[in-house]
Amino acid sequence: MSKRRPYVRPMDGWWRKNPYFVEYMIHEGTAFFVAAYAAVLLVGLVRLSQGEAAWNGWLHSLTSPWYVLFHLAALLAITYHTYTWFKIMPRTMPPVVVGGERLPAWAITGTGLAVAAAAGIGLLAFVWGMAR
Amino acid sequence: MPHMSDIQKVIEIEVLRYNPETDKAPSSQVFEVPFTDDMSVLQGVQYIKDYLDGSLSFRWSCRMAICGSCGMMINGVPHLSCETFLRDYYPARVRVEALNHFPIERDLVINMEGFINKLESIQPYIIPKEPRTLAQGEYLQTPEQLNLYEQFSSCINCMLCYAACPQFGLNPDFIGPAATALLHRYNVDSRDGGKEERMDLVRSEEGVFHCTAVGYCSEVCPKHVDPANAVNQNKTNAAVDYFLRFVSPKGGAK
Ligand code: SF4
Ligand code: FES
Repeated sequence: MSKRRPYVRPMDGWWRKNPYFVEYMIHEGTAFFVAAYAAVLLVGLVRLSQGEAAWNGWLHSLTSPWYVLFHLAALLAITYHTYTWFKIMPRTMPPVVVGGERLPAWAITGTGLAVAAAAGIGLLAFVWGMAR
Repeated sequence: MPHMSDIQKVIEIEVLRYNPETDKAPSSQVFEVPFTDDMSVLQGVQYIKDYLDGSLSFRWSCRMAICGSCGMMINGVPHLSCETFLRDYYPARVRVEALNHFPIERDLVINMEGFINKLESIQPYIIPKEPRTLAQGEYLQTPEQLNLYEQFSSCINCMLCYAACPQFGLNPDFIGPAATALLHRYNVDSRDGGKEERMDLVRSEEGVFHCTAVGYCSEVCPKHVDPANAVNQNKTNAAVDYFLRFVSPKGGAK
């Protein structure tokens, strides 16, 4: 009879056992704020379709301190999400060859972050301009 | 081995022991190991076997980071024990454990059957596009064509990436990082014609979509293979195949 009895270790709490996994879970967790913010915008769209009174009511509800707090939290979370998203981007793409040289990971991450920052600032400037 | 002429430093090595014949579950045992600054963790474990407890089991061979047999969890991180040095942990205790996510056969020895089967399943050899005779001579390849797969051919099958992959830990059937890297290595080789067969595996239940882009596999790889890149490129490939079947009647996903 075989003396072999391979022991399988449990996976419980795996993500707490390595700082890399904790960071991964935080990164995944911030996706909740992306979804929540999209839901808030969607509600706004629905209210807009229901006429001026509904729309103004929605705008007014956004001024509540809870909503302001939520938006601050969402801004932080989504900024972090963006950062980690572009950080892993080089790992998810086929090699990008520029002038016979493979583009290094930091260049891909850097480009992504720069584009995201430019898009964010651009949108802010655009909305600012409209609101004035 | 240490000489008494040095001022002898002693480090505590905590080893996760498991004897399938007597133990219900693994448990820790601490050894006091005299060491010098040039000693690797592997040498520390070898000292234990030679001088303190001959029953300690572990795998090793080349002791120069090329055979891939000495992988262990060192303070919870997958490392090749032959290129990890005791001096970097001293004076704290260093904890050594069998590679995570694999069944423990005994002490630091894991059961790698599943990994070997996966390696076989990806057909890790060139499948010629059409039969070729010796008279036709060798294949020629440009440096660009070599560049496409060279990094993925550096894998030494050390399985550190599997020990770093929680998705493999949760679903042992997941084909996982190294096997996918090797699969990709052949699929993008200009001499190979086996891509279609291998893609069946990529998009299967055990295939690349188990991966949630944790990315730790690439972080721990001692040979800079970047297996996460192979896995994620093949998510794209599988998705492209899937949509192509709507436009092209032949090929594509089944
Ligand atoms: S991909 Fe890297 S970590 Fe994984 S088995 Fe190969 S060499 Fe080891
Ligand atoms: S003993 Fe060969 S890689 Fe460490």
